[in-house]
Order: sequence, then structure tokens, then C-alpha cells
Amino acid sequence: MSYDVPPIEGETDPEVVGTTGGHPLWEVFVRASRGLNHVHCGSLHAPDAETAARNARDVYTRRSEGVSVWVVPSAAIHASDPDDRESWFDSDKPYRHPTFYEIPDEVGHM
Amino acid sequence: MTTTEQPPTDSMRRFDELLRADEKIEPRDWMPDEYRKTMIRQIAQHAHSEVIGQQPEGNWITRAPSLRRKAILMAKVQDEAGHGLYLYAAAETLGISRDELNQLLHTGRQKYSSIFNYPTLSWADIGAIGWLVDGAAITNQVMLTRTSYGPYARAMVRICKEESFHQRQGFEIMVTLTRGTDEQKAMAQDALDRWWWPSLAMFGPPDADSTHTEQSMAWKIKLETNDELRQKFVDMTVPQADHLGLRIPDPDLVWNEERGHYDFGEIDWDDFWQVVKGNGPCNRERIASKVRAWNDGAWVREAAAAHAERQRRRAAGNGGSNGRSSGRDRDTEVRR
Repeated sequence: MSYDVPPIEGETDPEVVGTTGGHPLWEVFVRASRGLNHVHCGSLHAPDAETAARNARDVYTRRSEGVSVWVVPSAAIHASDPDDRESWFDSDKPYRHPTFYEIPDEVGHM
Repeated sequence: MTTTEQPPTDSMRRFDELLRADEKIEPRDWMPDEYRKTMIRQIAQHAHSEVIGQQPEGNWITRAPSLRRKAILMAKVQDEAGHGLYLYAAAETLGISRDELNQLLHTGRQKYSSIFNYPTLSWADIGAIGWLVDGAAITNQVMLTRTSYGPYARAMVRICKEESFHQRQGFEIMVTLTRGTDEQKAMAQDALDRWWWPSLAMFGPPDADSTHTEQSMAWKIKLETNDELRQKFVDMTVPQADHLGLRIPDPDLVWNEERGHYDFGEIDWDDFWQVVKGNGPCNRERIASKVRAWNDGAWVREAAAAHAERQRRRAAGNGGSNGRSSGRDRDTEVRR
């Protein structure tokens, strides 16, 4: 089956105009409930902080996912370099973990 | 777009190690150019589908049969917009801009799911879309919650939680219609007749003809093949149609005891490719509506930017006494 839909008289493909208007990118953080941290949940474009916060509510909390929203300009985030992970996040100090230490069984839970 | 010409072998090894360990690839990790391109293409197509998918259903908001149905349909269409935005944000982490993504959709250089090029002719179509189209989408998206690119997988988790409502509300419409008058039952059957085959085609070409499947599986972008997912959907949906008392329009559909699956007939792939190529019943209308909405919204975007700029100047003029609104650099849109 093939569909051959003729153009309506005078129908032309519309020309595309405009851009997102240079609205910068914002990172969105949502606090799911009191007592919890704000957690990163995504990003969006908005012209200013107020609009970003309002849009974040509409985009990321349509089902009571949160009680508080933060928006942060993405450009303001300085991140560590993934290539530096070994020197930054070393895992060679097991004595920093409680399981490193042997406690006699008879002492019980500690 | 970020590209890396000659991959250092260390980076490549690290990338392969992460995949082997079922770890996610994250935006700032090195990745092969082809992985990046594939990911952009797939996420963009997915985002465009959510956005264009608002149109066939939006078509019925003003004619929903009750206030309850109308409120539900508005919430669903709003979800589709939200899903599009989660996905655009995920695509942007790969170095493509929102403007580029919009341009690619508006000029037809990136596709969206062909299912949205079919018209919604009756209210029963809203039921069939929720039940079948969202049902097929969920089958694919549940797999994608485990896909190898972190931002895409996270967007999928969020989307899957919401899609479940979409499918259930669609099935509920079908239940109501099939328990109704003969005319309503006929509407439900007619909707199933028209949406069944396009829904099966949503999973894409058969494995034997799928150009991307092998590489996508190797990169753990896809974890199941088109045919496997299609089979899963058929097995899940046939008993639901039985429950509704509706007949699936496939004379070859039969339970295969040996395979433990339903056998089903051949999909009309010529029709599928016709629609993909732009010759479906609604292709031109969908893009024209999208471009019109984009063009008509240009003044809003410009006014919002101008307002933000003026607020910023005003705050700066006050000596930046309001620490929260001063000192931002609105022109740096580059992430990280």
C-alpha cells in the first residue's frame, strides 16, 4: 500500500525561522522530600533563573516528585576530569573501612 | 560536535572495559565517534518521536467524551512533551545543540517514529494508541533503561515510570468501548485493525535486514533485537485482545506450543518503507504543524530572552546588590 497525499492548493513547505534564542542551559536538582538532598535529575534551556525554576517544576515534577527545586547554570559547574579518576579517587586505603579490622567473635557486634 | 580523530588506544581500552563490566558511558568519557553519532541519532529520533507524538493525540483533546478523559489526555500529551525534553537534554550531553536538533527535525534530516504518520480517526484510536503504541514503546524502553549511555538510560527510567499510566489509560478506554454498544465495539475493533500492524512495525526491520542491530548490540546500546522485542510484544498483547473480545487482524496468528510463543504473519514492509520515506498519510502535516508551532513561538522565545537581559541589566545597575541575580554569564551555553 502506498499513500499518495496530494498537496492542498497553495500548500508549500513552511520555511523554518528562529533559534532557541540563546536560552542557556540549566541543571535541575530536586529534593524528593524533606530530609533528603537535592539530587540532579536533568537539564533544560531557559532565559533566566526564575523561568528555569518554573519550567523545571513542569518538566521534572509532574507527579509530586519533589518539594523543592534548584536550578544552576550549567556553565557554572566545574567538574573533575574523568582521566584523573585514579589519582583523585584512590581505593588503596582499605584501613579507612570498618571491615579492615578484626574483632574477636566473642566481643559481638561492634 | 566533539570528535576525536585518532583514538589513543588507552581510551579505547577503557571504553571497552566499561562496556564489558556493564558500566555506563558518561558524557565526559572518551567514546568512539561512531558510538557518539549512533547515540545522537537514536536519542534524537526518540526525542522527536515524543514531540511529534503529541499531535495525533492532541487532535482529540477538544473532543474527549468526558471531562475525566479530557484531563487524562491533556496530562498524557503533556507527558510526551516532557519526555521529549528529557531526551533532548540527554542528546545535548553528546555535544549537539538544541538548535541543531530542531533544525534536523524541521528539515527532515532526522526521523521520528513512523507510527505518528497515521491519522487518529476516532476516539477509539486514543485507546488503541495508549494500549498498542505505548505498549510497544514500553517494550522497547524497558530494555533501554539498561542501555550503555548513562544520560539516555536515566531518561528512560523516568519515562518508563510515566508510560505505564499511558498504556493503562489506553487499555481502560478499550475496555469501556468493548463493554459498550455494538457501535462502540465496532469502533474499538476498527481501531485495533488499523493500529495493529503499524504497532508491530514500530520495532523496526527484521533482524536479518537491520543495518544497525549488530553494532548496537556490541556497544550494548540495544540489548535485545527488533524481532525479539516484537515477539515479546505480541505474546504480551494477544491475551489482552482476547480479554477485550477483539480480533487481531492477522489470519496467521497462532500459539506455537513448541516455541512457547505466538506465530504471526508477515509485516507489509513496503508500506513501512513508504511511510519512512515520507509518503505516509500524515508525514507532511506533522512536520508542517511542528514548524508552524516553532515559527509562531519565535517571538515568545525572543521576548523571554529580551526580558531576561533587561532584568540582568537592571540588577547590574543596582550595583549587584541582589547577589542571586548578578554575575551570571548568559552567553556561555557550553556545558562543562
